[in-house]
Amino acid sequence: MALQSLDVVRRSASTTPAPQARGALEVAKLIDISKCIGCKACQSACMEWNDLRDLVGTNQGSYDNPLDLSAQSWTVMRFYEEELPEKGLAWLIVKDGCLHCSEPGCLAACPAPGAILQHANGIVDFQQEYCIGCGYCQTGCPFNIPRYSMRDQKAYKCTLCSDRVSVGLEPACVKTCPTGALNFGAKADMTDLAEERIGELKERGFAEAAVYDPAGVGGTHVIYVLPHGDPELYRLPRAPRVSPIVRLWRSGLARTLGVVTMVSVVVAGIFHYMKVGPLEVPEEKGKESRP
Amino acid sequence: MTAVPRPAPAAEEDVVPRYSTAARLSHWAVAVAYIALFFSGLALFHPFFFWTSSLFGGAAFMRLLHPYLGSAFFVFFLVYALRLREDNRLLPSDRQWLRGMTGYMTRKAELPVEGKYNAGQKMMYWSMLTIIPLLFLTGMAIWRPYFAPSLPLVFRRVAGLCHATLAFIMFVGIGVHVYAAYWTKGTMRAMTRGTVTGAWARFHHPVWYARVTGRRADAPPAEGR
Repeated sequence: MALQSLDVVRRSASTTPAPQARGALEVAKLIDISKCIGCKACQSACMEWNDLRDLVGTNQGSYDNPLDLSAQSWTVMRFYEEELPEKGLAWLIVKDGCLHCSEPGCLAACPAPGAILQHANGIVDFQQEYCIGCGYCQTGCPFNIPRYSMRDQKAYKCTLCSDRVSVGLEPACVKTCPTGALNFGAKADMTDLAEERIGELKERGFAEAAVYDPAGVGGTHVIYVLPHGDPELYRLPRAPRVSPIVRLWRSGLARTLGVVTMVSVVVAGIFHYMKVGPLEVPEEKGKESRP
Repeated sequence: MTAVPRPAPAAEEDVVPRYSTAARLSHWAVAVAYIALFFSGLALFHPFFFWTSSLFGGAAFMRLLHPYLGSAFFVFFLVYALRLREDNRLLPSDRQWLRGMTGYMTRKAELPVEGKYNAGQKMMYWSMLTIIPLLFLTGMAIWRPYFAPSLPLVFRRVAGLCHATLAFIMFVGIGVHVYAAYWTKGTMRAMTRGTVTGAWARFHHPVWYARVTGRRADAPPAEGR
């Protein structure tokens, strides 16, 4: 069973645990925005390794190309010009893509068994062969990441190169990054490295520098070093969490209660019939005497 | 074991028309569409029922089919509901029926019914007339790939939650509806053959009987002829 994943900690729409005989070291990708020069080598590497080709788009007056994530673009560089009160004009370059949450909203929302897996190493992976194309993963995601392909009606996103990671390689984007803005390793090591970078940035006058590893989704397996601190500047949500509406909607407890109630309605019908008996039309006077 | 005495078979002429052929076909179109909708939605409601997706050629195809089934169901239902709206107008006497509903359900008391439908049936009618359009709207809002992408995320989240909740309420309602038809003997034939026995009509809907036949419900039919 070599090709079977034995390290699945969570599996969408499943009533029993997934195979988890094989544990794994929790991994993370660190994106240090202070070191990113916006060269888009990571985008190219992603396309190359995953064999994806997005359409050649049109220039919209910015460096953003393609303009958005898509079923063919699992990571994109986003360029923001921000007027900061003390630092003046800043050019913020954010590598957008899946953050691989510890508590993934996409997985919670998915109704197709096994279409979304969370591996012990922290990678959240879509299994398109089981995807039914409902788009619920998009409603579950607090980061607006999964993209829907109109060609095959399946959802796609960054896999954190789960195929490479499973054989001990770093993700393609990390391998290609020329400035060291991207790093990959054990989550604990990446957190330490991020803290080290924060220290350096603070020495250089970035007093607000902070690590983005949001606790609202249980932490993520893609973490950022944000030199200016405030996630909103980088169009990242300040306190992301899976929407309580989605939690209730996809809650196993609420659904199970629903099923139990539906079965109870059927059982109640049977019991009512046994106890009360059918409602028959009583015999009418004079009717029997009819010829 | 004593056999439960059944009412004497009605003489051939002692039947009252209750549903026209068109009404019956309309009803069964709604029913068939509902069954297909129910099983295709159930698979997505709880993984325990995911196997129902096999009835539709796999989950991905079932997911494609469900909104089309829903749209057909919605149209069938509106056509059918429009037909029944006059007879479902609420009357003052319905209040009395609802008050005595528990006694009726336990067969302890009989309740006067003024129209073609009792207040329980009318409640079912109006609740379905509320729930089904809402199910249609919330379903549209999460219909991939057509409508969902153009709606804000929060809208789709709320729609998803409401769709599941309403579908659940609807199942309970339909369950009561089907059971009530089975429990009240002599009712099913109204929807299968179009007629009910005179005895059934005089007993359950005396005023409607008088209106349809021009005879008094409390007088045995033999006398009038």
